[in-house]
Amino acid sequence: MSDFTSNFWDFYIVILTVGALLFCVWILAVMGKSKKEEKAANSTTHVWDGDLTELNNQLPNWWRGLFWVLLIFSVGYLLYYPGLGSFKGLGGWTQTGQFDKEMAALEAKTKPMYDGFLAMRVEDLAKNQKAMGTAQRIFLNECARCHGSDAGGAIGFKSLRSGAWNWGGAPIEIEESIAGGRTGVMPPMGEVLGGEPGIKAVVAYTFSLSGRPHDTNLVAKGETLFEENCAVCHGADGKGMKEIGAPDLTDNVWDYGSSEKAVMRIVEFGHNSELDEGGFAMPAYKGVLSEGQIHLLTAYVWGLTNR
Amino acid sequence: MNDSSASDGAKTPQSLFASRRKLYVRAVKGTFQNWRVALVIFTQIVFLGLPWLTWGDRQAFLLDLVSRKFYLFGVVFWPQDIIYLTAVLIVSAYSLFLFTAIAGRLWCGYACPQTVYTELLMWIEHAVEGNRNARMKLDAAPWSANKVTRKLLKHGLWLLVALWTGVTFVGYFTPIRQLVTLLPFGVSGWSLFWILFYGGMVYFLAGLLREQVCKYMCPYARFQSAMFDRDTMIITYDAARGEPRGARNRKTDLKEAQLGHCIDCDLCIQACPTGIDIRNGLQYECIGCAACIDACDEVMKKMNYPLGLVRYTTENAIAGGYSKKEIWRRMFRLRTLIYATILLAIIMAVAVSLWSRNALKVDVLRDRGVMAREASPGVIENVYRLQIINTDERAHQFIIEAAGLPGMEIGGIEQPISVDGASRRTVPLSVRFKLPREGWEPGMYPMKFTVQATGEKALQREEKSTFMVPEN
Repeated sequence: MSDFTSNFWDFYIVILTVGALLFCVWILAVMGKSKKEEKAANSTTHVWDGDLTELNNQLPNWWRGLFWVLLIFSVGYLLYYPGLGSFKGLGGWTQTGQFDKEMAALEAKTKPMYDGFLAMRVEDLAKNQKAMGTAQRIFLNECARCHGSDAGGAIGFKSLRSGAWNWGGAPIEIEESIAGGRTGVMPPMGEVLGGEPGIKAVVAYTFSLSGRPHDTNLVAKGETLFEENCAVCHGADGKGMKEIGAPDLTDNVWDYGSSEKAVMRIVEFGHNSELDEGGFAMPAYKGVLSEGQIHLLTAYVWGLTNR
Repeated sequence: MNDSSASDGAKTPQSLFASRRKLYVRAVKGTFQNWRVALVIFTQIVFLGLPWLTWGDRQAFLLDLVSRKFYLFGVVFWPQDIIYLTAVLIVSAYSLFLFTAIAGRLWCGYACPQTVYTELLMWIEHAVEGNRNARMKLDAAPWSANKVTRKLLKHGLWLLVALWTGVTFVGYFTPIRQLVTLLPFGVSGWSLFWILFYGGMVYFLAGLLREQVCKYMCPYARFQSAMFDRDTMIITYDAARGEPRGARNRKTDLKEAQLGHCIDCDLCIQACPTGIDIRNGLQYECIGCAACIDACDEVMKKMNYPLGLVRYTTENAIAGGYSKKEIWRRMFRLRTLIYATILLAIIMAVAVSLWSRNALKVDVLRDRGVMAREASPGVIENVYRLQIINTDERAHQFIIEAAGLPGMEIGGIEQPISVDGASRRTVPLSVRFKLPREGWEPGMYPMKFTVQATGEKALQREEKSTFMVPEN
């Protein structure tokens, strides 16, 4: 695989490398010829302090021997491994191949442990301290980037400690969320609700559902608007619908910020995690993590609120 | 001093390669030999014995490279403590400077492993092949059953010593009690490699190469001359007293025969482990072992001459005929005082730092993905990972507190956090801060974590961090 658009640099590297090796061979061959017996003939005629003469002596044999060994080694090395331009080497070695090999070795090593985890129920696994230690490390590596190190989420990223589950909180549902990922859509409702007054009224109504302080004058209008526009997904009682990931609006958990301004924003503009607009999708981890790792993570996430 | 060779050299330059001349070192008796024996025994007892000591239920001195923990009796050093290794190196270097400035190559002569193991293997040689004359005779003799037996026995014993040294060496890095039960075939590949490598080096360097190591391989031998000055104690032949040298018998009148005290017996040369003649003055090959002093003193005793024709003294003392007192006074010169001051200062700094060393270390990492979030209306949460490193060997319970903004609280964990002895734990947690009123300035606020072990006041550490209040 060449990263360059022409072959010039391939040849450049080949010529430099082979040329340098040949140069070393030539030097060694020339310097290896034994010098004249008479030592004075080897003088470079450089003399210091009157009597210190620099001689052009032959390198010690063991030293030259080592050089030859290195040269022969480098020829073998350059034949076996990719090193000369785009030549792939006879050994078929690649960096990715090496990586895959080491990952496979690691997987083979950890497989018995994960097989053991797979055989356990999530409820039991969540009580196993050692397993949860491993699970926490996977979580910190893979999940904490969005959900936070403490799994408390962030704006637009679900808190896993709130006890509110948009897609269902049973172990099997959590496992499905991790393995398959989740994408949800909240359509922009600004225009349908008739601009700011309508949005404000709906938000006041949802605040009342969650028992938050709100403008009581707006509730009646908000309720009507809610039943007409929002109940399809969030349910007539506002308790959400886990089949499509519509969140419960009565639990005082606000995935996109709790202030009136923030809630109004999500109602007005919505979000489409499929398109990464205003919110992000939960990616599918099947294939990224092994089945055993996903099972372990499920137990960890489930265990955060079910202990 | 090289007049003759210089004039020769102009015509026929000499080869720079000196073929090795096998040395048959004569065993000597005397004060300095006793010192050397004592130091061989002492260093060997320390080296061979140290890994066998236990502290609690573990090896007292263990450099566990795999889990990156160095156990030194009651203390466990972690990679974060690498500064102490630097301190050890600096202290060693300055001790070397100081001792060399005062009394020359003490290290080479008495404590260097090359010297100690050479000495050890020479004792074996002496026991198996006899004294210097016997050894020379044996080497010159044709091969016989006797010669083969003795040679095999000598090299066999050498290899035994070397291998046990190798095992002990590896025992500093992997628990030795377990290691010896695995010998010889259950030992792991790398352990075996290092046993054979280190053991092989002992056999090769101290058994076969010997003085060649000091003369050609050791860099210290070459740069130590920079630490010498004319007031440094060195082993010197008192030429004024000894010359002119020559053979005589005990009754010869020195004045009449015009002779000095040197009887030219060559015992000093025979005793020298690097094969030099001390009477030629200070030479780089001299490792300062003082074997020639012992050899010469024995002769002086027999001749009824005063001791110390070859002795520890300084160049200035020889030239100026100083008294002992004057030599001692000159020990305290600028160079040695500076070395001593620096050495003392570093030792004290290390001691203070070790004394006040905190067994608890805490690293705080702010979450990058989650800068700040609203936990519930008006309540801001930031997320952190605290790495609590308990370098103490006992397990501890820790209470984590956050301070900096009024009413800050820690959430997401159950306190106290227990951390096993000599281990670490990553604790993800959130810090909660309730905005006191509307319109609180968004921005970064300084805060700090305090981690405190329950029931142990000294085991406490504060770490600074920041808390972010986001824009609404």
